[in-house]
Amino acid sequence: MSWVTKTLSSTIGRKLIMALTGLFLILFLTGHVSGNLLLFKGDGGEAFNIYAKFMTTNPAVKLLSYVTYISIIGHVIFSIWLTKRNKTARPVGYGVSTPPSTTFSSRNMGILGTFILIFIVVHMQTFWAQMHWGDLPVVTYEGEQYKDLFSIVSFTFQNELMVIGYVVAMVLLAFHLSHGFASAFQTLGLNHQKYSPAILLIGKIYCILVPILFASMPVYIYFTSQS
Amino acid sequence: MKLTLKIWRQKNASDKGGFVTYPIDGISSDMSFLEMMDVLNEELTIKGEDPVHFDHDCREGICGSCSLYINGHPHGPKQTTTCQLHMRSFSDGDTITIEPWRAKAFPVVKDLVVNRSAFDRIIQAGGYVSVNTGGVPDANEIPIPKRVADEAFDSATCIGCGACVAACKNASAMLFTSAKISQLAMLPQGQVERMSRAEKMVAQMDEEGFGACTNTGACEAECPKGISLTNIARMNREYYSASLKSENV
Repeated sequence: MSWVTKTLSSTIGRKLIMALTGLFLILFLTGHVSGNLLLFKGDGGEAFNIYAKFMTTNPAVKLLSYVTYISIIGHVIFSIWLTKRNKTARPVGYGVSTPPSTTFSSRNMGILGTFILIFIVVHMQTFWAQMHWGDLPVVTYEGEQYKDLFSIVSFTFQNELMVIGYVVAMVLLAFHLSHGFASAFQTLGLNHQKYSPAILLIGKIYCILVPILFASMPVYIYFTSQS
Repeated sequence: MKLTLKIWRQKNASDKGGFVTYPIDGISSDMSFLEMMDVLNEELTIKGEDPVHFDHDCREGICGSCSLYINGHPHGPKQTTTCQLHMRSFSDGDTITIEPWRAKAFPVVKDLVVNRSAFDRIIQAGGYVSVNTGGVPDANEIPIPKRVADEAFDSATCIGCGACVAACKNASAMLFTSAKISQLAMLPQGQVERMSRAEKMVAQMDEEGFGACTNTGACEAECPKGISLTNIARMNREYYSASLKSENV
């Protein structure tokens, strides 16, 4: 084994992959939520559709999207490997279980992650696959044609089951991020009395703010379509 | 005090084992937990039964030998070693469940005794210095800031009892290994083997079958010596930097 594969196959090396892919996905979520805020513009989806076209055609964004796919797959594969190892490290459990001193999220990252993965698959099937290969209606702004993804989004979130599923997934994401954000920095070795309080604070704000912003979109669309 | 003890009994490593309940009376609240176990064992011996086997040595909280998982906590309800836990931490009529440390890397030898030689092998892999450090130097003779010396000392207070492994949901030994890497990485005497130490100790820790860290912090909460999670972050830094810089291709 070369030193690279040796390092990355150690427990710390695999945790490093978890941390790096996790942090990249946090960056991705930040970009994703910012772009989607265009849904609130109230211009019939023009800004959102132009943005969606840019996101699927721009070469730099395309490159980033491949890094995102690899990050999701890597995050999943390495978490499976680590979880399997962690489960086999204690073949006989304890007879007494006590109320633990640790947080719910930190103990259930795998379960939370599994549900988030299911959400991602459904989410990509509903929007991402439609944008790439679906037979979408076309709108024309200033002489240029755009796929009308906005109409798909508006239509999808008139269904209350979709809205509820989406909001529940965002709650799970909030829990996942509430541990994952700060944990990634600890795994990278960034634990310092000067910076750790700031990392913890930003993590707390992030894990609440981003899922709320995401969840506000289907809720907003649902209620505006009802009126 | 009158108590009911639910104790894990297991004849040997291959025995399946199970809980056995022992009522016990006449326990003073001033007794240490291990003295209470001694009383039980005396009674069992008089009755001609096999006494309960458990690890203990110094009984003053510095050797790390005692290792009982009491009522769902390593070393019981207080953040101390089992030998420094007193019966006043319990109430009359309590049922106390006593189990061995549970980890693949800590196989049960008999009853509550587990084999913790996995820790010894991690130390053997790199937890030493091979430079001659001489006698005790005069104060302020070696250029180490007080803060660094204190931090290294804090890491060095790890007694290697294994409570971190017992408490961790993944049976991870990262708190122990990181304390042992840290105490030497911060001091000049530890610089010679600094990189190979991090590589070898982490490799040995993995080989022993301990789990990985999920940063839950259960180990820090249960450690009788208050070893902090900052040690694990330091170990990660030491390991990354060793992987990148060492000549070990």
